Amino acid sequence: MTTDTPLLEARALSFFRQDEPVFGPLDFCLHAGEVALVEGDNGSGKTTLLRVLAGLLHVDEGELRWRDAPWHRDACAGEILFLGHQLGLKADLSARENLAVSIGLAGAREGVDTAAVLSEVGLAGYEDEPVRRLSAGQKKRAALARLLGVPATVWLLDEPYANLDRGGIELVNRLIGMHAARGGAVMVTSHGAVSFLGGEPKRVRLHGWGDGTRHA
Amino acid sequence: MATWIPLWVHKLGSPPIFYRFAGLVRPWAFALALLLGTIALYGGLVSAPADYQQGDAFRIIYIHVPSAWMSLFIYFVMAAASFVALVWRVKLAEVIAMESAPVGAAFTAITLATGSLWGRPMWGTWWTWDARLTSELVLLFLYLGVIGLYHSFEDRRQGARAAAFLAIIGIINVPIVHFSVNWWNTLHQGSTIRILGPSKMAPSMVWPLLTMMLATKAYYVASLMGRARADLLAMESGKDWVRQIAQEGSSP
Amino acid sequence: MSAPSLSKACGAILRRDLTLAWRRRGDMAMPVLYALIVITLFPFALGPEDTLLQRIAGGVVLVTVLLAMLLALDAMFRSDIEDGSLEQLVVSPQPLAMLLAMKILAHWLTTALPLIIISPLLGGMLHLPASVIPVLVLALMLATPLLSLLGAVLVALTAGTRRSGMLLALMLLPLCVPVVIFAAGAVAAAQQGLPWFAPIAWLGAGLVLALVLAPLACAIALRIALDA
Repeated sequence: MTTDTPLLEARALSFFRQDEPVFGPLDFCLHAGEVALVEGDNGSGKTTLLRVLAGLLHVDEGELRWRDAPWHRDACAGEILFLGHQLGLKADLSARENLAVSIGLAGAREGVDTAAVLSEVGLAGYEDEPVRRLSAGQKKRAALARLLGVPATVWLLDEPYANLDRGGIELVNRLIGMHAARGGAVMVTSHGAVSFLGGEPKRVRLHGWGDGTRHA
Repeated sequence: MATWIPLWVHKLGSPPIFYRFAGLVRPWAFALALLLGTIALYGGLVSAPADYQQGDAFRIIYIHVPSAWMSLFIYFVMAAASFVALVWRVKLAEVIAMESAPVGAAFTAITLATGSLWGRPMWGTWWTWDARLTSELVLLFLYLGVIGLYHSFEDRRQGARAAAFLAIIGIINVPIVHFSVNWWNTLHQGSTIRILGPSKMAPSMVWPLLTMMLATKAYYVASLMGRARADLLAMESGKDWVRQIAQEGSSP
Repeated sequence: MSAPSLSKACGAILRRDLTLAWRRRGDMAMPVLYALIVITLFPFALGPEDTLLQRIAGGVVLVTVLLAMLLALDAMFRSDIEDGSLEQLVVSPQPLAMLLAMKILAHWLTTALPLIIISPLLGGMLHLPASVIPVLVLALMLATPLLSLLGAVLVALTAGTRRSGMLLALMLLPLCVPVVIFAAGAVAAAQQGLPWFAPIAWLGAGLVLALVLAPLACAIALRIALDA
């Protein structure tokens, strides 16, 4: 269900840190219903790219467009969901309370039920445990609950498979598949060559500076 | 950037061109500062008559007053450059703002030191909580805060932007501090002696003061140019124009 | 899809920060304990003469409260940066300045309010006359939120640095000079039986201005500090 105007489009996008190029120039576009896998070695700028797309870092060179207009913070407010290395969970709050804060900030997805969401991500029985006491994988699941609870069109997921067991990886793939099927778009980073994603995702390859980039 | 800015401003804003421009300006500004400074010192220390009240002690104003003016002037320059740096993200403005700070802090420190030296014969004490001196002390802390914040970041440009923002907060704060310190001083009945009262100074006392003011301005320009050059080289060390300069320097 | 509402978001942040503070209520007692210790030390350093202590009581209590707040200020955004919550605030579809205003409010409620509550005790320990204590409390009610707001901007600026304790004090000093002058001025005037309303009014004016501007400045500062 690819439409003509891409949700997110990068034209010759590059980013510099202390005048050292981190990635780019990079061209890609992300349409509704698409899943893009950002590939690259450690230090190739995958996380930086996602942080730029989330609006946490400003664009140094090149252009970033949102729904065929120059990217602007207000234009895509509420449509982008960013899940970074740091999960944004408060260690002293329970998974349920953390989800409530996220929903308070970004609004709730239609007909969402906190208990159902938490059991779907596999935290049934752990809803009221402080996140501090959960395992790394369970923390990740508590953060993934946000994907189900909060409405957003574009998901930017930084290493969503890290720390997860087989069931967790399947959960992430199921969530991504569901989101793409209903017209959302997902951008996933992964440093491994192995992709757990079913089907054939779009690939955005980061090589670091100088040796060019291509997209399939 | 806005189109009403003339082209030469854009050109001067590019690091390699500014580097060369600063290299040309620096020796002349430095020579001018030295020349004017010598004349002013001669005028102030030798040819001006002694004050009928303060004797020779008043001569310290030839250092003290121009320094005090410069401490404020440089803060304004720094705040203006900070504003440009934040709004238009001009790298050169960041350099100017951040390299002005140590020079301004030095002038502020000189103002405080000479004020204290002057206070010893006048008030019989090294330090007094006079409104002007207190404001000057707060100004020194503002400068030190900007310098400290700039150096606490690993990323120079990020540090420059954060410190630039602090400089702008500071410029709003300066008049508030001045007003509140004045109010505080009247409340607590502090000393009523003023360094620069509404006294009529003889022309032979005034011209060295004005000359010294120009000399400090010229020194500031010279010092800023030198600092900005060094900073630009460090910041742009990966760029081609810096490599060229390095090669020219190594093969005479 | 229910549209995200600003009031709900503000409520969520305020409730979150207050809950977190409550779950770590031991930390909340620290500034209070610190203020008590400092005030206890003064009579030992200066001697227990009533008249001397009485003369300096107002100023000493004010500076002590300020320093106690400075201790707690550093932690305002620290944990939020470490666990990524701050990124979630920045990318959330809400005005960042309002969310930060809620964080500052929560911080004020959990650090400054306990200090204000014990300030009559602190004043009493230094023999501050009972008639002056309402003025002291009033001055603190206006001065402490002002310091929280100004401090938040500076903490946001240092958010991207590694260690910021001393630097924060250095940066805060010039900004808090007027606050200390007017707050202490009001207490001193009340103690001498002079009209004390003018400095209180100046503090109030400063507070109104800071309420409007500081959250905006804080949002700008935070974006600068996180942009790397």
